[in-house]
Amino acid sequence: MQFVKLALWRCLVVMLVGLFQSVSAETIDQRTMLSITCSGCHSDENVGAIPSIAGKPAQYIEKALIDFRDDKRSSTVMGRHAKGYSDAEIKLIAEYFSAK
Amino acid sequence: MNNKTSRRRFLQLSGSVLSAASLGMWPLNLIAGNSGKPTTYRVVIVGGGFGGATCAKYIKLFDPSIDVTLVERDVRFVTCPFSNLVIGGLRDINSITHDYSVLKKKYGINVVQGDVVDIDAVKNTLLLKNGKSLPYDKAVVSPGIDFLWNSVEGYTEKDVDILPHAWKAGKQTIVLKSQIEAMPDGGVVVIVAPPNPFRCPPGPYERASLIAGYLKQYKPKSKVVILDAKQKFSKMPLFTQAWDTLYPGMIEWVAGTSGGRVTEIDVAKKTVFNELGDPIAGAVVNYIPHQAAGAIARKADLTDASGWCPVNQKTFESTKHKNIHVIGDSAVATPLPKSGYAANSEGKMCAAAIVSELNAAVMPDPSYSNTCYSLIGKNYGISVAAVYRYDGNKIIKVKGSGGISPIKADDSFRRAEALYTSSWYANITRDTFS
Repeated sequence: MQFVKLALWRCLVVMLVGLFQSVSAETIDQRTMLSITCSGCHSDENVGAIPSIAGKPAQYIEKALIDFRDDKRSSTVMGRHAKGYSDAEIKLIAEYFSAK
Repeated sequence: MNNKTSRRRFLQLSGSVLSAASLGMWPLNLIAGNSGKPTTYRVVIVGGGFGGATCAKYIKLFDPSIDVTLVERDVRFVTCPFSNLVIGGLRDINSITHDYSVLKKKYGINVVQGDVVDIDAVKNTLLLKNGKSLPYDKAVVSPGIDFLWNSVEGYTEKDVDILPHAWKAGKQTIVLKSQIEAMPDGGVVVIVAPPNPFRCPPGPYERASLIAGYLKQYKPKSKVVILDAKQKFSKMPLFTQAWDTLYPGMIEWVAGTSGGRVTEIDVAKKTVFNELGDPIAGAVVNYIPHQAAGAIARKADLTDASGWCPVNQKTFESTKHKNIHVIGDSAVATPLPKSGYAANSEGKMCAAAIVSELNAAVMPDPSYSNTCYSLIGKNYGISVAAVYRYDGNKIIKVKGSGGISPIKADDSFRRAEALYTSSWYANITRDTFS
């Protein structure tokens, strides 16, 4: 009986996993805490003029953010955002979006 | 205790498990538990706006094993952001209306349509208007704002269809839009702007801009008068500069001490009186009442003397009742503004705090940001933004970050920000509702 019960639960779990397969889970760590607040504008797909940065090379994102921050690259709003992050934090954000 | 341990393990595994679940990886005690079935934590969220919907989604992203129920009064949610575009005729209301079907299907969130009438903080139970109750391990209260109807003489809640506030989007948005469309050319639209703190600080001024945009095209002899309880307002230099450029002579702003403070209203005559006793009549009067935390927050004793909800600004747990978190416009999260973007950011941090606590894990340092665009004309956008952290005691703005768009900027900069305004809307609603 216990075995049947377990088997049923396993089936249920497999079904649930199937249901959620399109969802990419998030891990709670410093990378995520710094980055998910950017996801309000930077989606996993291009939606309008704001580019998606998901899957872009980490070095590219890191350089862009540092250049925005240090006013070496012109922007409308990104300079104002990038000034809120240290080099180390920018690296974490770059890693997060690059792994998306 | 065993359950908590299994959940922590589940959380650590969740990233890989969900993408490539091999059954052998699953700890048996997660699947079956000690009693033969799993014990699940229940989080109940009150209010499906930018705060509540985001929080529900991110709890599920962090830990799908948590049972999340979102209780929302309406079947569909009409956003306050972009409702000024509907009033100004630049958008259809359907394009700012969202439902909860994706949150239900994709993330497995239980969405319950209902009215929460009280919260029993001792028994950890929400009480619904239909008599049902919902038990919780953690409650998140995100009801937005409510109005203090008695803040001026002569105006009550019953008068909203005559003098619409349109500060909660939906039917009210259409009432205001229809009145402006029906008024004669040469009429005055009076906007009565509320004192701080209130939802969407740049909102009344974006509204004045987009109404002026409509009037300029269809009723060019008309104008907009803003009677303000305040001495200054959000993005003020940018708005006044833009008004001079796009709508010269069409928008008049009256500061609080110059007769802007409205104390009485004659609803039948569509006339407001300032504290000096001067009558100001409008063909349309958009009276935006003084505000406080949503009614349920007040009923559940989550507010303090200010009318808003004090919280631990890292976890958003109420400082008045344990296991109840308050996010969005109702919460005191200053210096974060009462905006949809801030509510979305708070929803994520609150989700991380709750999931960490339920899994007996330490929450990493939170980070918050805000980005608010205001559209002044079809091709003219401005913004305010900032990054915030928790200093161990309260939320602080990161020094040097943020600010408003530059005063000295060319047309292409304003046009770019107008483009980003609509992309912002598409992205933030996608992040919140799908």
